[in-house]
Amino acid sequence: MGMDRRESMKVMALASVALAVPGCTTRDMERAATHAAERVARQLPEADRLPTILSPTEYRTVEVLVDWIIPADERSGSATDAGVPAFIDFMLADAPDLEIPVRGGLGWLNAESMRRTGIMFADSLPPDQQSLIDDIAWPEAAAPEMEAGVRFFNLMRDLTASGFFSSRIGFDDLGYLGNRPQGGWDGCPDEAHVHLGLD
Amino acid sequence: MKSDEYDVCIVGSGAGGGMVAHELTRAGARVVMLEAGGDWDAVRDGAMLTNNYESPRRGKATPERPFGEFDACIGGWHLDGEPYTTAEGTTWDWWRARMVGGRTHHWGRISLRFGPDDFRRKTLDEKGDDWPISYNDLKPWYDRLDRMVGIFGEANGVYNEPDGIFMPPPAPRCYEKMLARGAERAGVPVIPSRLSVLTKPLGDRPACHYCGQCNRGCSTRSNFSSQSVLLPPAFATGNLTLITHAMAREVLTGDDGRATGVSYVDTASRQEFQVRARVVVLAASACESARLLLNSKSHRHPNGLANSSDVVGRYLTDSTGADAMGFFPQLVDMPVHNDDGVGGMHIYIPWWHEKDRSLPFSRGYHIEVWGGRSMPAYGFGGSIHRVNGKLSGGDRSRGGGGYGTQLKDDYRRLWGTYVGMSGRGEMIARRENYCEIDPEVVDQYGIPVLKFNVSWSDEELLQMKHFHETAREIIHAAGGESVWDMPTADNDWGITRPGQIIHEVGTVRMGNDPKTSALNSNCQSHEVDNLFVADAAPFVSQAHKNPTWTIMALAMRTADHIASEVKRRNI
Ligand SMILES: Cc1cc2nc3c(=O)[nH]c(=O)nc-3n(C[C@H](O)[C@H](O)[C@H](O)COP(=O)(O)OP(=O)(O)OC[C@H]3O[C@@H](n4cnc5c(N)ncnc54)[C@H](O)[C@@H]3O)c2cc1C
Ligand code: SF4
Repeated sequence: MGMDRRESMKVMALASVALAVPGCTTRDMERAATHAAERVARQLPEADRLPTILSPTEYRTVEVLVDWIIPADERSGSATDAGVPAFIDFMLADAPDLEIPVRGGLGWLNAESMRRTGIMFADSLPPDQQSLIDDIAWPEAAAPEMEAGVRFFNLMRDLTASGFFSSRIGFDDLGYLGNRPQGGWDGCPDEAHVHLGLD
Repeated sequence: MKSDEYDVCIVGSGAGGGMVAHELTRAGARVVMLEAGGDWDAVRDGAMLTNNYESPRRGKATPERPFGEFDACIGGWHLDGEPYTTAEGTTWDWWRARMVGGRTHHWGRISLRFGPDDFRRKTLDEKGDDWPISYNDLKPWYDRLDRMVGIFGEANGVYNEPDGIFMPPPAPRCYEKMLARGAERAGVPVIPSRLSVLTKPLGDRPACHYCGQCNRGCSTRSNFSSQSVLLPPAFATGNLTLITHAMAREVLTGDDGRATGVSYVDTASRQEFQVRARVVVLAASACESARLLLNSKSHRHPNGLANSSDVVGRYLTDSTGADAMGFFPQLVDMPVHNDDGVGGMHIYIPWWHEKDRSLPFSRGYHIEVWGGRSMPAYGFGGSIHRVNGKLSGGDRSRGGGGYGTQLKDDYRRLWGTYVGMSGRGEMIARRENYCEIDPEVVDQYGIPVLKFNVSWSDEELLQMKHFHETAREIIHAAGGESVWDMPTADNDWGITRPGQIIHEVGTVRMGNDPKTSALNSNCQSHEVDNLFVADAAPFVSQAHKNPTWTIMALAMRTADHIASEVKRRNI
């Protein structure tokens, strides 16, 4: 994967040289692209990372939960496809303030699942998982006694979105076009103008 | 000993220090520059073109990089082992860099000239003081700076926002056009922004390629940093010696009271050193330069060096600041487009009440604009449950939040639909706002630290109230809804804490009268003729304009004065 990515970075950068960035020499662009590609190559792929904070049970719960939040659809893969569980595990180590609300919330989820079905969340049947989530996913509609669950779900929704959309899959899903050498700057394209009702 | 003597010792390698080094090495002086931080090179170390997914942290802030892990600043609001203190009941937020180039690696590149009125505020409204120089004294240096460093903008002839020598500005982004339309309806003028980013090649520096990552350090040197633009030509003369990890302790003086050099501690080895120089230039940033002077006590200078006027540390100001944000339904479901552009705003709202004396505050502010489909990072789509209930389409019967494919689509639809504005205004310089040496606290090198005592007055609070009202008018006129509640007097009209805007100026001010100023009109100490200050410390007033373009124009002018005085053998 490292290799293709390195190549594609170079191609991307060099392709835009063909668009003639004013005054930017091929060397400048190549240097910038190689520099970026080398950093990419040094990264450990998300999937190869082992959980450091979450227990295997917690990790599995996270895997199931984040795919309810962001499932695969016709445009892109699911949260686990994008490495969100590993991302969340990393964040718990990086931002220690998150550890208690996330791990505590996972405990709440499993306890609630046990109360309702006698089995842990990840092992329960999809319809049972869904009905539990339905009770905590809409803060305005949720019952007052679900408050702890609602707060936890809000946090997991935020973390899942962070992890999914800031991944490679998420970038492509959104159609993020920036942070790369552009041939120039044309401003706002016509279709967008029309959409905004600007002349 | 003499052979070790340099012509000039400069403390600090940021905007001011870099400029003086550039000018004086090229004029033939042998210059030694002391920099407390380590080596950092934008071409080598900048994280331009790095995608957030390359890091498991996804661009999130770290304790070492409070503005994001790829932000090009070593330093931040807290430096290990280098505390500072504040007087009871006051706050001061102090952002310090410790690296070659100082804060100019990650600064916003908003490069504004002060206008003619900004140099004579006392004449106009009886508050603060006039500068000992006028706009016309500085204009030739601003002109040279524009040509040398490069800046884009448009000549608009706006009162008190002097036009420069501009490269063409980049066209506005979609959301900027939308907001500008609203501002127009609200009677607020909008002009292209003025940033020190090259839209055309300049010398050996290529034009910007619009990756939108200026704050990470530009590997093609297409924007301005002191390290990437000013230091290479200075090194090329062979006249510059840069000493990194050199934390200046005090300015040394001889029996005649004149400066003889600077003592410093090597922060890595903790060894003490001294450099000798015929001229000393302080450019360690406004507060650090004041600290150095206050710590340079001797029997001849018991109140600190260059401080018989007792103004050193006083008249400290920061820009006022406040933010407002709108949600714009028309930005939902936008066709795919790129908002990155240069790493900063393409439009700018200058102060538009310059001649209006009917407002309940005296000084102006400008508005900076932000938003758009910026690179997804940690925090993307946060708190969507507060907003997606209002979207059209799908099942919204249970309000905001949810999960699944509809939620996934909501994230896409809402990306880039928030646009914000930041008001940045002038604080009036007042003697009672100051930093001084805390007699009880030293840093890890044993250097006494600063204690701050700064508060806003009604002038600043009412100015930001006006900003909040205006910003909401603009948001509504542009078809959006304001996201945050209108602040009130109880929460100080939502003003930032002093220091947070990182525009500290005024602590070693210039003036014609040695009793009320530390420096003369050439930024030369009234008392010590071979001592100069070349950062924002000499500023007599703040202006609502971001200070750095004026720091550099003034530093150029100061360097020119030093060169001619040395030539005439006056110093
Ligand atoms: C995020 C951010 C955005 C900004 N955006 C803008 C903007 O858009 N427009 C604008 O005009 N301004 C902006 N500013 C402000 C701008 O960065 C500063 O005005 C400018 O860098 C000041 O230059 P300086 O030379 O005075 O100090 P600095 O750039 O801070 O450099 C001072 C250097 O001196 C060194 N130093 C300090 N003490 C010592 C000592 N005792 N011995 C040796 N070395 C020492 C420091 O390590 C540092 O490297 C921004 C600042 C920040 C942080
Ligand atoms: S936007 Fe332009 S100036 Fe800024 S980092 Fe990218 S190429 Fe450099």
